[in-house]
Amino acid sequence: MNAQNVGKINFVGALITLATIFAAILWAFPIYWGIISSLKPEDEVVRPYIELWPDTLTFQHYWFALTQTQIGRWYINSIGTAVGVTFLTVTTSMFAGYAISQLNFPFRRTLYWIILASFMVPTQVLIINHFVLIANLGLLNTWAGIILPQLIHPVIIIIYKQFFDQVPKDFREAAVMDNAGEFRILFKVYMPLNWGVTTAVSIVTFIWSWNAFLWPFLAVTKTELMTITVGITQVNDAFGVYYARQLSAAVLAGFPVALAYLLFQRKVTEAITLSAGIKG
Amino acid sequence: MLRNHKSETIVAMILIAPFIAIYGLIFIYPTVDMFLLSFQKAPLIGDGTWVGVDNYTRLASDRRFDTAFWNTAYFVALSVVPGTFVALFISLGISRLSGRIQALVLALFFLPYILPVSVVYRIWDWTLNFQFGIAMHVFDWLGFDRIPIFKITGWFMPAVAFVTIWWTAGFSILLFLAGLRAIPVEIYEASSLDNASRWQTFRKITWPLLWPVTALVLTIQLISQLKIFDQVYLFSTGGRPNDNLVMVYYIFQRAFVNNHGGRAAAIAVVLFIIVIVVSVLNFQLMRFAGKKQ
Repeated sequence: MNAQNVGKINFVGALITLATIFAAILWAFPIYWGIISSLKPEDEVVRPYIELWPDTLTFQHYWFALTQTQIGRWYINSIGTAVGVTFLTVTTSMFAGYAISQLNFPFRRTLYWIILASFMVPTQVLIINHFVLIANLGLLNTWAGIILPQLIHPVIIIIYKQFFDQVPKDFREAAVMDNAGEFRILFKVYMPLNWGVTTAVSIVTFIWSWNAFLWPFLAVTKTELMTITVGITQVNDAFGVYYARQLSAAVLAGFPVALAYLLFQRKVTEAITLSAGIKG
Repeated sequence: MLRNHKSETIVAMILIAPFIAIYGLIFIYPTVDMFLLSFQKAPLIGDGTWVGVDNYTRLASDRRFDTAFWNTAYFVALSVVPGTFVALFISLGISRLSGRIQALVLALFFLPYILPVSVVYRIWDWTLNFQFGIAMHVFDWLGFDRIPIFKITGWFMPAVAFVTIWWTAGFSILLFLAGLRAIPVEIYEASSLDNASRWQTFRKITWPLLWPVTALVLTIQLISQLKIFDQVYLFSTGGRPNDNLVMVYYIFQRAFVNNHGGRAAAIAVVLFIIVIVVSVLNFQLMRFAGKKQ
């Protein structure tokens, strides 16, 4: 490889690097544009030219959203249901994953195959029968009704099973020798080993549930029980045709998950990559 | 030992009981119920009468079903392969970077994926707004006529596919980056010693070694785009929903707007079977490809 060649390659390389960085900025620009627009007074928002920074920075739309709409309630509903989904999904999946990985019981393999097979079933096709079921249970317009159908995440069981599989058998045998009860073994020996997985999986489940649209949209008709993802788009008279108001509500709805991602970037990407690998 | 074994079974049963209960209630039961409902003439809630395969035969001459089916296929064609390639090119770019810059650039590309669909909808509805959207300023500047994108049937699906690619590329990028990291550096060193060009290196090394990841991304994208609803529904607000129907949207419309539980269930069963067939075919193809290697 001669010197001239090296110089040429670096030039092309630098160009690709620059293009990538430029593309990244362009990619995220609509998000920036949405945020910036929500911080402008309404008359500035509709000006017929592009202003990348507001003349007058204002939080009036946020103030409006927080005081004049039900967004506070929607926030609470989103937090409550997402925490519920996360807690129930993670605990039941961990228990089941542990049992399948470490314990002997009849039909263990059958159960495992059923879980694997259920990856294929699209939950979207079940909306009709979920609705009928939840209606018959009298749970429409309740948190429980929003939560229940969101608890199907077979991939999390498999993630746990695979992690428990990696724990050396000696751990269990030593604990059994010590006459530790089965539950003690799970909570005191295995769970602490998996804290990393549990946090990663919990954060991602929370984000999934926060972002859920279709089911919460069907399960709730009363505006005061809507989750934020449903409320900000379905209650039209709450914001009127005021773009900055609508955008400020959207920023408020996206903020918690964006923050969760930025704070736990590594955990989030780890859990998402893991679950994708298993689905494949 | 025998006593021990028995207690192990009991513990196992206790541990899997909550999962089985939930799974039975919200998964097995609704699935069976869906099949049963699809053979009935029934409202969404309430008793129905058995009509055999009537709900299915009616689909053959159902224009809305036709629209929904072909729109779904069209949307898959517009989003799956283009989305995968966009993500591949971006991740090739990102993999050249390192340290903080790489983390920052990845975060910029990944951020949309973490946002709820409603937020994505608001952002793009604003960006592409006919009167005030920044994209329309760009159109003016380039000398194009402004277009009310989500109100025109011909533009709707491509635009929603574009937004979907923007929204979900971060996920595919993540998988591609993991795949690229798994390719040993020595192979690249050897190829640069051989004076291989950038394109040759990509064609002969990166592409074949990355193929399993590409196949995985394609599979996941394909299956998830068959189930598209949220974006189509949201962007159709104030537009022409009947032209923009996709499968899940039609299920929703039949069941919740027209109150035809039975007919909606029949459409759901059709989509269910399509997704299962695609998944199984995919699995078999992957296994076949795996054996060949």
